[in-house]
Amino acid sequence: MKFKSLLFTAVALALAAGAHAKSIELLNVSYDPTRELYVDFNKAFAAHWKAKTGDNVVVKQSHGGSGKQARGVIDGLPADVVTLALAADVDALAAVARLIPPDWQKRLPDNSAPYTSTIVFLVRKGNPKGIKDWDDLVKLGVAVITPNPKTSGGARWNYLAAWEYAKRKLGSDDAAKEFIAKLFKNVPVLDSGARGSTTTFVQRGIGDVSISWENEAFLAIKEFGADKFEIVVPSISILAEPTVSVVDKVVRKKGTAEVAKAYLDYLYTDEGQEIAARNYYRPRNQAIAAKYTANFAQLKLFTIDEAFGGWAKAQKTHFADGGTFDQIYAK
Amino acid sequence: MSIAAISLPRFSRRVLPGFGLSLGFTLAYLGLIVLIPLGAAFIKAAGLSWADFLTAVASPRVLASYRVSFGISLLAALVNGVFGGILAWVLVRYTFPGRRVVDALVDLPFALPTAVAGIALAAIYSKNGWAGQWLEPLWVGTVHRLAGWIPWVDWQGWLGKTIAFDRAGIFLALTFVGLPFVVRTLQPVLAELEPELEEAAATLGANRWQTMTRVILPELMPALITGFALAFARALGEYGSVVFIAGNMPMHSEITPLLIITKLEQYDYRGATAIAVVMLVTSFVLLLLINLLQKWSRRYYRV
Repeated sequence: MKFKSLLFTAVALALAAGAHAKSIELLNVSYDPTRELYVDFNKAFAAHWKAKTGDNVVVKQSHGGSGKQARGVIDGLPADVVTLALAADVDALAAVARLIPPDWQKRLPDNSAPYTSTIVFLVRKGNPKGIKDWDDLVKLGVAVITPNPKTSGGARWNYLAAWEYAKRKLGSDDAAKEFIAKLFKNVPVLDSGARGSTTTFVQRGIGDVSISWENEAFLAIKEFGADKFEIVVPSISILAEPTVSVVDKVVRKKGTAEVAKAYLDYLYTDEGQEIAARNYYRPRNQAIAAKYTANFAQLKLFTIDEAFGGWAKAQKTHFADGGTFDQIYAK
Repeated sequence: MSIAAISLPRFSRRVLPGFGLSLGFTLAYLGLIVLIPLGAAFIKAAGLSWADFLTAVASPRVLASYRVSFGISLLAALVNGVFGGILAWVLVRYTFPGRRVVDALVDLPFALPTAVAGIALAAIYSKNGWAGQWLEPLWVGTVHRLAGWIPWVDWQGWLGKTIAFDRAGIFLALTFVGLPFVVRTLQPVLAELEPELEEAAATLGANRWQTMTRVILPELMPALITGFALAFARALGEYGSVVFIAGNMPMHSEITPLLIITKLEQYDYRGATAIAVVMLVTSFVLLLLINLLQKWSRRYYRV
């Protein structure tokens, strides 16, 4: 009897202790290549939050093409935070569905982009076609792999990087358009997302060069071996700023505003920046970046605001129906 | 026993509840599953002005995708009609070791997630895949030779350059998903068709060709047309497997469902539903025509 009551007390105490530590669940809706990054980051954040508040937080991840993911959230996927490939897709949450305020990008430092990346070339070992810079991609007989910019966020960065290179070198938008048209003549397959393109290039053996996120290129080398592929860094490229935001309407309903904000803030801490760097994203924090200079080649980077006057404008000129991308195929 | 005792009651009782209830159920069910979702597409598309609707559904790129989608679906269904017919014949008429396995394999395209099928096909038929490394040079050679013989046709434009990641890949994927429809509609009809019919034809002096065209095919025709129609309809709507193997080049190997997805990616819900409505109406008309053809064939051949 005595033993039984002791057991009962123990169980009751355990239950009470368990009830004390809250269990929180967050959903982070992200884009294709961040899988590995957020697996690491979520683990670190859960430990940090547990130490700080005693609560358990489990972060679920959802990945896919950036545009598709944004549409999922607009259609009702209850994301507490979004961490998407480009500001235009987060803008859609504000413009199409009013889930977040229009000035969302000012709420966090560095345009709400805690880490950056850029666009580089992944080529086959030994670089048999001798690809060094963007103008090698339009040469006759070079097969280029890039996803469809209409469906892939990464592909839009690729497209704009090539455009700006051509514009600076050849001097005009018309010449840049011609350059892009020539480049896309060399593209034999248009996958719908960045991961699909990497698969086509790496596993199906199609193409001589894949235009790719820097982190995706590093990952391909890590997964498939440095004996098969190498990275070529062009003379100039675009500073890709994948942006993050709390989804206000969702966190208000779920009561997760505080932890969701802390989650994104944690991306800017030393630990967060270190995890990003380890996963081949360029950290914003200069001290951390200095530790990883070996990973990140120095090259001239321009931002989308400098070169194209922001995403909304670039989207309209180049990727909307009837934009330059449609025009080069309409001929 | 008088005759009155065994005559049926005036209102015969059926096993299942009567007409009113079952029709009501049918309509409610169809409404929830088919009509309301389709109606929603029409309503969404109706939000567009006439000019916007036209630019959405008749831009050159969309028109090119109709040609690809309808053309290759038709081709795939025709090929399935012939080879699915042979397959069904073999499965019904002959016993051989492993017949049950082959029979079960036919259902695989039904059950397999189409994305898996697409990835598998792309892996096998791409130029470093185990079938593609032999077939691709053959295919490229054939296209070249055709261009040599009949130079005024744009063979490369029509047939594409490679197998995977080109039009031939779309054809492969659509043939794959359509095959079970033909086989499974033909099988029961073939099983009903007695071999005695052929024997009777033979004793009456018909040669093999005549037995085939005059006796067997007329009996099979309605089922064959149904199977063809099902395979064709399935191919038109197929998305998952095709995008992995099509190459998705604008104006050349983009299927219409991909353009619908592309529009959705740009938050152009109305444009997407507008294309969907065009596909819907066209498919409906085509299926209706095929149904009429089937009815006609039944009457024609029964005489």
